[in-house]
Amino acid sequence: MAASKEDDTISITVEFSGGLEMLFSNERKLPLSIPAKDDTGARTNVAYLVNYLCENAMKDPKKELFVLDGTVRPGILVLINDADWELEGEEKYEVQEGDNILFVSTLHGG
Amino acid sequence: MASTLIIESLRQQIASCEVQLRDLQRQLAEAEHSHQQQLQERKHQSAQTGTDPLAYDFTHGIHDDFKSEVYAALLHTEDVQPPPNRWPLEKNEYRRYGRQLIVPVIGLQGQLLLKGASVLIVGVGGLGCPAAAYLVGAGVGTVGLVDGDTVEESNLHRQILHSTSRVGMTKVESAMVALHSLNPNVKLIPHHGRLSPETAISTVQSYDLVLDCTDTPASRYLISDTCVLLGKPLVSSSALRIDGQLMVLNNPPLPPGNTAGGPCYRCVFPKPPPPDSVLTCGDGGILGPVVGVMGVLQALEAIKVLTRFTGASTNGAASSDSPSLLIFSAYSNPMFRAMRLRARKPKCAACSAQATVTLEALSSGSLDYVQFCGTVAPVDALSANERISVENYAKIRLEANPFTGSEPSKDSHILVDVREKVQFDICSLEGSVNIPFSIVERTPGFSLKSSGNIDGSGEETDWVSELRKHSDKPVFVLCRRGNDSQITVKRMKELGLDNGGQRWIGDIKGGLQAWRISIDADFPEY
Repeated sequence: MAASKEDDTISITVEFSGGLEMLFSNERKLPLSIPAKDDTGARTNVAYLVNYLCENAMKDPKKELFVLDGTVRPGILVLINDADWELEGEEKYEVQEGDNILFVSTLHGG
Repeated sequence: MASTLIIESLRQQIASCEVQLRDLQRQLAEAEHSHQQQLQERKHQSAQTGTDPLAYDFTHGIHDDFKSEVYAALLHTEDVQPPPNRWPLEKNEYRRYGRQLIVPVIGLQGQLLLKGASVLIVGVGGLGCPAAAYLVGAGVGTVGLVDGDTVEESNLHRQILHSTSRVGMTKVESAMVALHSLNPNVKLIPHHGRLSPETAISTVQSYDLVLDCTDTPASRYLISDTCVLLGKPLVSSSALRIDGQLMVLNNPPLPPGNTAGGPCYRCVFPKPPPPDSVLTCGDGGILGPVVGVMGVLQALEAIKVLTRFTGASTNGAASSDSPSLLIFSAYSNPMFRAMRLRARKPKCAACSAQATVTLEALSSGSLDYVQFCGTVAPVDALSANERISVENYAKIRLEANPFTGSEPSKDSHILVDVREKVQFDICSLEGSVNIPFSIVERTPGFSLKSSGNIDGSGEETDWVSELRKHSDKPVFVLCRRGNDSQITVKRMKELGLDNGGQRWIGDIKGGLQAWRISIDADFPEY
């Protein structure tokens, strides 16, 4: 497995903030190796990553606190390399080696 | 018992009023003192302008016919405005603001901008208190305060303007007392009650800038919409537990449809979060300095926006150019991270050319923010025979059986406390066992086999097998207020722990809160 790693997978860092870490076993920072391509052979994008996280990294069964209607639920900001994913093409952004992807849940306390 | 409670409560009220009275007396003394000083200063000034002109003897110099005119003219000088001040700030202001005046980004120009500015602070809690203290301290000319709550003891660890003696006072009044004694130069405007769609426009209208220091999604959307419609920049912040977030929105505050304006709250969060994902400080907890840091940063951002036009800061072009989200995480390294935010959303409901949020819609009350954000219905998951009152549970626990005469035994049943461990460790009923709700929730659906065979989630299912072992004993479930306990009872039954109805499993109504109110007043309230 290790031999073909460089071609098949990309290494990224996924981070959680604003309470989302509680859905991921209280891990705020998750170094991750994900497949470079999805089942159809297309390059892995953020939509794929979100689904991948749900199925592989999330221990909590309350998936609806992370994903709703097939996308990240309202109230969660996705930040790709310190920028709003809106600036990068949202779900269609193709994940690059070394990317930092941060999921932030909005807070409301005051 | 009841009468001693009343006596104690009256004693406390008297003590609290006495402290308030002393506080008012001190304020009166301060006010009288400064009034006296002002009078003396004025007297001093008029003394310098010379002797009383009316005391001059005109009898030999001026014709009688002119006397009355001269007198009239001389008398008139009393109405004439004093000559324009040589200095743009009052004498005391140079001393008071000296340390910030000499900072290049402020300077005299910046101080005058602050003095001429008005800021509305919505919410005088954990964010609003420090924010107001720094803005009033800095000499912002007018500060408005909006809040509908009264001061509670559980506010005091973080809401630094309030005090022990002012518990029970409205937050607006309490903050006014503290802020006035901090800086009497600032005009404070109280707005009692929560901001609502009906009051938002008239309340915000006369201010230059708004701080959102509230704690619900509904108020955040309302404040943002109002700011967009009235063209006010908005400094929005929030905090929970050990995290905080900060954004400067609608900055620059250009009219809806102008894409050069800064994004609004709706651009960043077009849809509200599901109501059950929203945690309050009361339920999630909050560390005082965390929310304090965020409130102080709001004051800082407000000062930056208000003094933006001073020569010194234009080359910095600080916060106005690129909208950003500042994330504070007290236990991460680094603690602060700034994220680049999007520009205005082309189809934003509030600030785009296609906006549906309009002044008319807002002021007519046709926008229901509470409905837009949804509410969490009170949990009502169980039937009456699956529940027991604290009084009846207390009998089971404390009283001997009247028929058999047998002493009550804690072993006769199982008491499960589903609060999180940190809360259980603060205080718990003797003999209760702790199964945190977060673990109950995470327990996979139909775990027919008992111990941890499902992807390493050993701890989750341990509690299930443990309860199965004692299948003859009834189970009472307890939590802080009586919501999670109901859901847990349902869950236990789904897992078959009631042996198809042979074993009683039920929840204690109202939880430990009801227990404290009706049974044991000494049980800690937190």
